[in-house]
Amino acid sequence: MKKQAVVINPKDNVATVVADISANSIVHFFIDQAEHALTLLEDIPLGHKIAIQEIQAGENIVKYAESIGAATELIQPGRHVHVHNMESLRGRKDK
Amino acid sequence: MEILGYRRPDGKVGIRNHILIIPTSVCASTVAANIARQIPDAVALPNQHGCCQIGPDHLQTLRTLVGFGKNPNVAAVLVVGLGCEGIPIQETAAEIAASGKPVEVVIIQEIGGTLRAEAEGLRKASEFVRQVSHQLPAKVDISELSLAIECGGSDFTSGLASNPAVGIAADLLVAAGGNVMLSETTEFIGAEHVLARRAKTPEVAEKLFKIVHDCEERAKYLNIDIRDGQPTPGNIAGGISSIEEKSLGCIYKAGHAPIQDVLKYGEIPKGKGLYVMDTPGQDIESITGMLAGGATIVIFTTGRGTPTGSPIAPVIKITANPRTFKIMEDNIDLDASPIISGEETIEQVGHRIYEEIISVSNGRRTKAESLGYKEFGIYKIAPTY
Repeated sequence: MKKQAVVINPKDNVATVVADISANSIVHFFIDQAEHALTLLEDIPLGHKIAIQEIQAGENIVKYAESIGAATELIQPGRHVHVHNMESLRGRKDK
Repeated sequence: MEILGYRRPDGKVGIRNHILIIPTSVCASTVAANIARQIPDAVALPNQHGCCQIGPDHLQTLRTLVGFGKNPNVAAVLVVGLGCEGIPIQETAAEIAASGKPVEVVIIQEIGGTLRAEAEGLRKASEFVRQVSHQLPAKVDISELSLAIECGGSDFTSGLASNPAVGIAADLLVAAGGNVMLSETTEFIGAEHVLARRAKTPEVAEKLFKIVHDCEERAKYLNIDIRDGQPTPGNIAGGISSIEEKSLGCIYKAGHAPIQDVLKYGEIPKGKGLYVMDTPGQDIESITGMLAGGATIVIFTTGRGTPTGSPIAPVIKITANPRTFKIMEDNIDLDASPIISGEETIEQVGHRIYEEIISVSNGRRTKAESLGYKEFGIYKIAPTY
């Protein structure tokens, strides 16, 4: 199986895709040693993130086992996770 | 492990043998550049500052200029001053000369205009060329190396592949007894607690938290949002969504060694091992700070690709993005993309990077050196008055 997405730490709720992948494709990835598969709900460019579980609005986006920000809306597994549906929580004038 | 180096009178070792022309203010920069233009073995700093600066901002500029003069990659220094600037010309020269290397001074207002200053500068710089031309590099232990680690134009491959691979190389150098510097305080935001676990003492951890806190507070004080500048548009196009994500990927490049101390911008570390320096995330200003702190070689990981070099040190460029390596092969020295394709492990590429450090230390020119890239930029921390 060709590696199409990488989950850096088992605690992560996102994976990084390592190719341009179109909507409705099934991507395979490993969490620890276990193989998982997920259908993409939209086109994802190389290097961008997808949700690998349902993420509630306000919930932390976790990559490298650490928070990289919070979801601004409900994100379904297979959706693109980026600046349109998550936000940084640091260095902000409003927080 | 041995490399080739130039032992300086203060005992420190450089891997290049530059003649450096330091203008103490922007007003002297043209004269400095004109001298360097005629002397192929000399390089002038394009200093944009040096006058009407106050307090810690003035001291930081002074520390940076003196640090460049003292850097072991520099064999001899010509200080060029206008005469009335805030940076004290003779004091700058004297501080550099305390390291034992030859230093000369030309002051434009004293000698009587730019033409006389350039003629005198040319005479002195050409004398330096003859003086240092007989110096040959000798075998020294690799522990004499001081490595600055930078990342810029990051994308998803930086945190996933090139930074962890550089971390392996950094660990190898620390284990061999060398110096490694990690910088870019902006890019600790969101990852400072991970770094702080590696602090040698609670005081060092406290310093780490403080520089990150101060960095965030400076943005808030200006009523701005770090999100306006970080991540950059290129980072976002490359898949990075927040400063936290960028930071967590960034800190991998420092490997796993304990953090000995947190240095001021341009401060020279007192011992060996891994140090953190408080610099901005902007690449040129960050590298400039680490070179002022005595780094003699730079590793620069990039996702989007960047041409950056330095006036006094080799900069080795690494990318793990296969497209970037193909598009920007003129600028990138080492292809780490086999990690992404699964053909090589992070450890294997880390060892390749270490080999590259040794080869460049032994004299092989990097792409930035061969293209004549010489960026220099002092980090300003207060307005100019």
